[in-house]
Amino acid sequence: MLELKDVHVYYEGIHALKGISLRVEEASIVTLIGANGAGKSTTLKAICNMIPYQGSITLKGQDLKKVKTHEIVYQGMTMVPEGRRIFTNLNVTENLELGAFARQDRKEVERDLEWVFSLFPRLKEREKQQGGTLSGGEQQMLALGRALMSRPKLLLMDEPSLGLAPFLVKDIFKMIETIHQEKVTILLIEQNAHMALKVADYGYVLETGSVVLEGPGKELIDSSKVKEAYLGREVEV
Amino acid sequence: MSLTHFFQHFTNAIYLGSLYALIAIGYTMVYGILRLINFAHGELLIVGAFIAYYGILIFHLPWWLSFLVAIALGAFVGVSLERIAYRPLRQRDAPRISLLVSAIGASFFLQNIGLVIIGGRHKAFYRPPFFAQTTQLGEVSVMNFLFVIPLVTLLILGGVFFLVYRTRTGMAMRALAKDYPTARLMGININRIIAYTFALGSGLAAIGGIMYAMRYPAIHPLAGVLPGIKCFIAAVVGGIGNVPGAVIGGFILGFLEIMGIAFFPHLAGYRDAIAFIVLLLILSFKPTGLMGEQVVEKV
Repeated sequence: MLELKDVHVYYEGIHALKGISLRVEEASIVTLIGANGAGKSTTLKAICNMIPYQGSITLKGQDLKKVKTHEIVYQGMTMVPEGRRIFTNLNVTENLELGAFARQDRKEVERDLEWVFSLFPRLKEREKQQGGTLSGGEQQMLALGRALMSRPKLLLMDEPSLGLAPFLVKDIFKMIETIHQEKVTILLIEQNAHMALKVADYGYVLETGSVVLEGPGKELIDSSKVKEAYLGREVEV
Repeated sequence: MSLTHFFQHFTNAIYLGSLYALIAIGYTMVYGILRLINFAHGELLIVGAFIAYYGILIFHLPWWLSFLVAIALGAFVGVSLERIAYRPLRQRDAPRISLLVSAIGASFFLQNIGLVIIGGRHKAFYRPPFFAQTTQLGEVSVMNFLFVIPLVTLLILGGVFFLVYRTRTGMAMRALAKDYPTARLMGININRIIAYTFALGSGLAAIGGIMYAMRYPAIHPLAGVLPGIKCFIAAVVGGIGNVPGAVIGGFILGFLEIMGIAFFPHLAGYRDAIAFIVLLLILSFKPTGLMGEQVVEKV
């Protein structure tokens, strides 16, 4: 579905991605793990055309280089950005409706709003509350719900577990599996390698801008090299 | 002060307040989205007033048509201003101070192009008979525009609130005010929404300019400077970036100006001074403005 071929990024004077190639098959969960600074978020930014890159990124064979960031969602690809980035000045319902900004089918959007509320009953309780007043876990649910409102074929998630308490992390991963059952393809970026590999069909390990290891999720969990890469070395800046 | 006199001052205050509110909304919306004080906003008032003036004088349009054309062209000038003076800087990630300088430059440019084309002599703005007729209310007679226009303004304000708080475009505007990159990921075309914002703010400025010209019918290319600055201050007092705040700030300023001299007629020469002292006091107690955003953010 999504394919990166030999992608290079030079970012603020740093060679941040050094020729990354990866594939995300339709209806799969693929994870990209690695230490801080390995280039995970940079990869997502390149996919969404938020930063310039060399090489090719295609979605169902279509070249994404010509697709501007605000057009990405119209291609069936939605990102849950790092740090959640919900709109703190809008209430919960408005945040969710904004997720459906690109859609024209108003009736279906109404139905999806109810669906998201049924997935996250906590959000329903707080539908009229401003986004900024939610707790960190609730904000992550809202960010996820907002992305679902666009009815994505491919969901890109940037560190959804970051900064959440362990029991919330479990909830989030359960939710990822639920979403996957709705036939949504997922590219998951995580520092929490163990959790990510457990749900993933396939994984890539990233280290200072290169893929150093790849394989089915279950195999990577047992690999000693994963632990090494995941813990990482201090990144030279 | 007799009741009828009070009523007369009250109508005046409502008129001025609603005029200021319309203009302050333009400042506050542009600031909310671009974090930019659009210094050329005052000039947009006068652009609106002059288009209306020449529409009637040269093109012999009926006054209402001329006013509508002025509002539409005023919006167009505002959008062009953004396109020419702000967007190129924005897209190169210029620091905010450069945008501000560009805004000041645009303001001077519009003033001076006006002086070159129109000249500096004051022109008598045409008050349509419908607005200029007087109605007798007890002992005082009041010109019709003093109540008709505040009513129209209230309708317009209602429309603006509906647009900002109840429509998809308004939601996109509010989202942009918070977070560009994420708004983009939602599929929002930032340039388009910014253009809409300028069109709305500048259209309101043109309406304000026409109202201002009916109240003070001597217009010239520099006439927008003072009302422009006043409405900027009104927007700050209300809490810049906040639309209801701009309306409240506008009305407070209008009432202060009129009521200040209504109660202290011998201080008439200090009209603006009285208003601004009170505004300074408000700001010293509430530095972010009356409706300024409280910061409630969890990370």
